[in-house]
Amino acid sequence: MKKVEVIIKPFKLDDVKEALSSIGVQGMTVTEVKGFGRQKGHKEIYRGAEYLVDFLPKIKVEMVVVSDLVDRIIEKVVTAARTGTIGDGKIFVTPVETVVRIRTGEKDADAI
Amino acid sequence: MNAADNAWVLASSALVLLMTPGLAMFYGGMTRSKNVLSTMMHSFFLMGLASIVWMFWGFSLAFAPDAIKGYVGGLQFFALAGVGGEPWPDTTIPTTTFMIFQCMFAVITPALISGAFAERMKFSSFIVFMVLWLTFVYSPVCHWVWGPGGWLAELGALDFAGGTVVHINSAAAALACALIVGKRKGYGTAPMIPHNLTLTLLGAGLLWFGWFGFNAGSALSADESAAMAFVVTHMATAAAAMSWVFAEWIIRGKPTTLGVASGAVAGLVAITPAAGFVGPVSAVLLGAVAGVVCYLAVLAKSRLGYDDSLDVVGIHGVGGTWGAIATGLFASKAIGGTDGLFFGNAAQMGPQIIAVAAVIVYSFVVSAIILYVIKAVMGLRVTEEDEETGVDTSAHGETGYNL
Repeated sequence: MKKVEVIIKPFKLDDVKEALSSIGVQGMTVTEVKGFGRQKGHKEIYRGAEYLVDFLPKIKVEMVVVSDLVDRIIEKVVTAARTGTIGDGKIFVTPVETVVRIRTGEKDADAI
Repeated sequence: MNAADNAWVLASSALVLLMTPGLAMFYGGMTRSKNVLSTMMHSFFLMGLASIVWMFWGFSLAFAPDAIKGYVGGLQFFALAGVGGEPWPDTTIPTTTFMIFQCMFAVITPALISGAFAERMKFSSFIVFMVLWLTFVYSPVCHWVWGPGGWLAELGALDFAGGTVVHINSAAAALACALIVGKRKGYGTAPMIPHNLTLTLLGAGLLWFGWFGFNAGSALSADESAAMAFVVTHMATAAAAMSWVFAEWIIRGKPTTLGVASGAVAGLVAITPAAGFVGPVSAVLLGAVAGVVCYLAVLAKSRLGYDDSLDVVGIHGVGGTWGAIATGLFASKAIGGTDGLFFGNAAQMGPQIIAVAAVIVYSFVVSAIILYVIKAVMGLRVTEEDEETGVDTSAHGETGYNL
C-alpha cells in the first residue's frame, strides 16, 4: 500500500478528482493548504502599500491505494493538473504499513 | 416648529447613527482577523459612551451660551436641563431634535479616531481618552464652529456639516494617537493585510448612505438647501470613488476594491463642509481632486514613518482640509452662504484657512496632552504578548470567526 500526496493548483481540483475516479480510486482527502516552491509568492497592494505574500494557496489531495495503482495515478494526475507554468505542484508517494476500517475492523487492502 | 423639518432632521439623526456601525465594518475589515472585534468594539462602544457624555455635559459645553467667550459653552444644559420643545435658534425644529442630531455627530467623530490606534490600544485607556477628548476637544471645537457666539462662526468660516468639527478635528487627534501610542508590533516588517475587504465595502456603503443624513440633514430643514446638499454629497462621492481608482490604476497598475471604498469616503469627507454652499459641477471637481489627493497622502504615509493603522490622517485629515479650502474656492451665494474665490470673493479664503489651522493645532495639542497623562497614569497599550495574540481574545475574550 502506498500513500499518494498531491499538491496542485486549486482550480485543477475538479479535473484531478475526475481523473482519479475514472481509474477506480475509492476515496481521497482534500485540504486547502498554503506554501511555496519555485513559484515563490506574489505581490498584493493595499492602499498603495505593497506586501509580498510568501505563501500561495494550493490544494493537497491525499489517498491511500494498493501499490499497483500508483503508476496510473501519477500518470493521470500529471495529465490533469499540468498547465505547463511554474507552480503546478508535486506528487509524493510513501509506503503505508497498515490501514484499518474503523466500522468493521477490516485491515489493509480490504480496508482501502 | 415645522413638522416637515422636524421629521427630516429626526430621520437624518437615525441615518447619521448608522454611519458608526458602518464605520465599524469599514475599519474592521481592514484590520487583521485577530483584531476585528476590538476594532469594531471601539465604534460600537462609542455609540453608548459618547451619547451619555453628550446628554449630560457635551451638548451643554458645545451649545450653551458662552462660558468663556467664543471658546466653550457653560453648563446650563447639564443633563439636558431646559432642552425641550422650543425651536433651536434660527431653525424650525425643537431643541430636542437639534440635540439628538448633534449627538450622532459626537458619536461618530471619536469613532473616526479609533482607526489610528486600532490593533493595540488598551480598552480601559480608550474609554478614559474618549471621555476626556469629547469634553476638552470635541465640545469646545463644536462650540467654535456651530455654538452660539463661537469664534470661528463669528469669523465667517463656512462649514456646512462638520469638515472642521468632525473630520479635521478627529484626524489631528488621530495623528497624536498614532505618534504617542506608537507603531503596531512588527509594523513595516510583518505583513498587515486587510483580512476582510467585503466587510470594508459594506461599511463604506453604509457610510455613503448615512452621510445623506449627515450633510443634507445639516440644513436643519427639509428645503432646497437640504436637497442641494444631498445632490452634491452624492456627486462629489461618485467622482472621488472613481478618481482614487484611476489614480491607483495609473500609479500601481491595479484598480482595487479598497481603493473604490476609500475614494468614496474621501469624497464624503471633502464635500462635508461644502455641501449646501457649492453647486453640482463644483462638487464633482471637489470630489475628483479629493480622491487623488487622499490617495497620494496615504501613499506618503509609509515615508513619514508613523503607523496610522487605517489612514485617518490621510483620508479625514487631508480630505477634510481640502474640503475646507475648496469650500472657500467653490462656494456660491446662489447656492447658499457666501461667494468663494472662484466666484469673486477671495476674502473667504482667510477664515477657511484660519479655521483649518486653529482646529488642527488645538486638537493635536490637547489630544497629545490627554494621551501623555493617560500614558503616565495607566498606560496606553496592551502588553506585547496580548498584541501578538490579538486584542480580540486578550482583551475581550472572543474571536471574530469560529470555523
